[in-house]
Amino acid sequence: MSAAAVTIAGLTKTFQKGGTTALQEIDLELQPGEFVSLIGPSGCGKSTLLRVIADLVEPTGGTVHVGGKTAHQARVDRDYGMVFQEAVLYDWRTVAKNIALPLELAGWNRRRRAERVGEMVDLVELSGFENHHPWELSGGMQMRVAIARALSFDPKLLLMDEPFGALDEMTRERLNLELLRIWEASGSTVVFVTHSITEAVFLSTRVVVMSPRPGRIAGIVEIDLPQPRSVDTREEPRFFELATELRELLRGRAVKAARVEEGVH
Amino acid sequence: MHAEVAIEQPTPVRKERDWPAALLKRLLLTALVLAALWAIWEGYRWLWMRTGWTRPFVVDDLTMPPLSDIVSRLWEPLAEGQPPLIRDLLDKAAFTAREAAFGFALGAVAGFAIGAVLHHSRLLRRGFLPYVVASQTIPILAIAPMVVIWGGSVGLPVWARVGIISAFLTFFPVTINTIKGLDSADPRALELMRTYAASPWTVLWKVKFPASLPFTFAALKIAATASVVGAIIGELPSSIQDGLGGAILNFNQYYSLDPAALWATNIVAAALGIAFFAVVVLAERLVVKTAPEHVA
Repeated sequence: MSAAAVTIAGLTKTFQKGGTTALQEIDLELQPGEFVSLIGPSGCGKSTLLRVIADLVEPTGGTVHVGGKTAHQARVDRDYGMVFQEAVLYDWRTVAKNIALPLELAGWNRRRRAERVGEMVDLVELSGFENHHPWELSGGMQMRVAIARALSFDPKLLLMDEPFGALDEMTRERLNLELLRIWEASGSTVVFVTHSITEAVFLSTRVVVMSPRPGRIAGIVEIDLPQPRSVDTREEPRFFELATELRELLRGRAVKAARVEEGVH
Repeated sequence: MHAEVAIEQPTPVRKERDWPAALLKRLLLTALVLAALWAIWEGYRWLWMRTGWTRPFVVDDLTMPPLSDIVSRLWEPLAEGQPPLIRDLLDKAAFTAREAAFGFALGAVAGFAIGAVLHHSRLLRRGFLPYVVASQTIPILAIAPMVVIWGGSVGLPVWARVGIISAFLTFFPVTINTIKGLDSADPRALELMRTYAASPWTVLWKVKFPASLPFTFAALKIAATASVVGAIIGELPSSIQDGLGGAILNFNQYYSLDPAALWATNIVAAALGIAFFAVVVLAERLVVKTAPEHVA
C-alpha cells in the first residue's frame, strides 16, 4: 500500500483553557513530494495543525497518519524533521555538531556523521562555517543550519513553522529559493506554515487557506506555476493572479471574523 | 534570542589577543591592588596609632601587626633551628588542599546528583528541598565529630573524613544552582528533542546539562572557596595537626606572643582558596561555550 504522506481525517482540537476550538473537522491529504503551505490569520490554528502532525499536540478528535503510521509512531520512528520559527540552535555546539545532533541520537557512528554533515553543509551552502558557533552567524545562516539539521537524517517529511518569519525580506526571498532547491534535491514532502501570501504562492504546489474561530480550512488553491521556480516566477502574471485569489479567500474570511469579534465585544 | 550579527566571511570573532601584553596588564593590576591594600592597612594603623583612637578597637602591633612583619614572618623559622614558617605552612596547605579537593569533588557530584533528582520530580523537590536548606543551618562544627567517628569506624583516612565535612558545605550551592540551571533549558530546545523522540536521559545530557553549565559553574566557584573553609574547620574538632586548621588553632593559642604567625597562616589559607577558585574559573573557560552576551 502506497501511503499518503499525511492523512488527516475529522481532526478537532479543543484547548482545555477557555474551551477554545483551535481546529474543527479538518480533512486533508498530502501526497508524497508535495510542498503544501498552511496560511491564515493568527489564531486560525495553522501552527496547531502542524504540531498535531508532529505529535507535539494531542488531538481532541479525529485521526492523523504520517506515511501510513499514526502521528505518534511517526515521531517515535523519526519520520519527520522539524524547523521552528526560530533556529533553536544549541549555543554550545558548533554548526557541524548542531547538524549532527539528530544523527547522534539515531546512533550513527562518528565517521558516518561527519560524512553526512559534510553533505548537509554543502546543501545549505555553509562550507567554511562548520566550526563556528551559532552566535557567530546571521539570522539567515542560523536558519540554514536548522534546515540542514532537520534534513540531516533524511526524513520523508519536513515540517516548517514560519521558519523565515523573523528574517528580513531579502534574506527571506533568498532562502525561499534555496529551500525549493533543497526540496527538489531531497524529494521530501514539505508542510510549511506561513502568513505571507507571496511566500506561500512562490513555494507551494498547494496552499491550504485557513480561517479562525474555529480553525477550519477555508479553501485549497492549486499553485500551477511551472517548476522549477526562479526569481522571475514572482513577476509572472499567473503569480499575481494566484496571490490575489489567496488574498480574497483570506480577506473574505477575515472580514467575517472581524465582524463576529466586534459582535462579541 | 540570538543576536543578529551578519557575518558574510568566515572571520574568527574572538580575535587572538596579544597575550603577553594582556598578561603584563593583569600582573600590573594585581600589583596595584596589593599595593593599595597594603597602603590601606598601614594607613589605618598609622592613623589610629598616631591619634590614639580606640574605636572600634585599639590598634597596636598585637591587634594589627605591620604587614612587613607578617610577610617576613613567613621566612622566619617556627623555632630555633627549624625550616622557615612558609615551608611548614605550604606542607600544611598541601594537606588541607587534598581534603578540600576531595570535599569539592564529592560535594559537586553529590550536589549535581541531588539537584538533577529534585529537578525531575516536583514531589521530591517539595518534600526534600526544605531539608536540604535546613542542613545548611547546622553548624559544621556540630556534625564534624560524628563524621570523624563514623569515617574512622569504616577505615577512611583522616583527610577523607575531613573532605566529607567539607563536602557538607560545598554540595548546597551546587544543588540549588543545578535545579535552576536544568530548569533554564530553552523550552523550544526541549521541544526539538521531543521531535526526535529523545529519552529523558538523552534530553538531560544533550540539552539540560549543557544549558545548566553557566549556573553550575557559578555554584562551583562558591563551592571552591567553601571547600577550603570547610576543610580547615573540619580539621578543628578532629584535632588534626597536619593541616592549616591545626596551624590556625595552634597559632591562635600563642597569638599574644606571635601575632604575625597567625596572620601569615591566614594569608596562606586565603591563597589556597584563591587557587581553588582560579582552577574553577579556568575550567569554566575551557568547558562553557555560550554566546558572549549570555555569559553569566
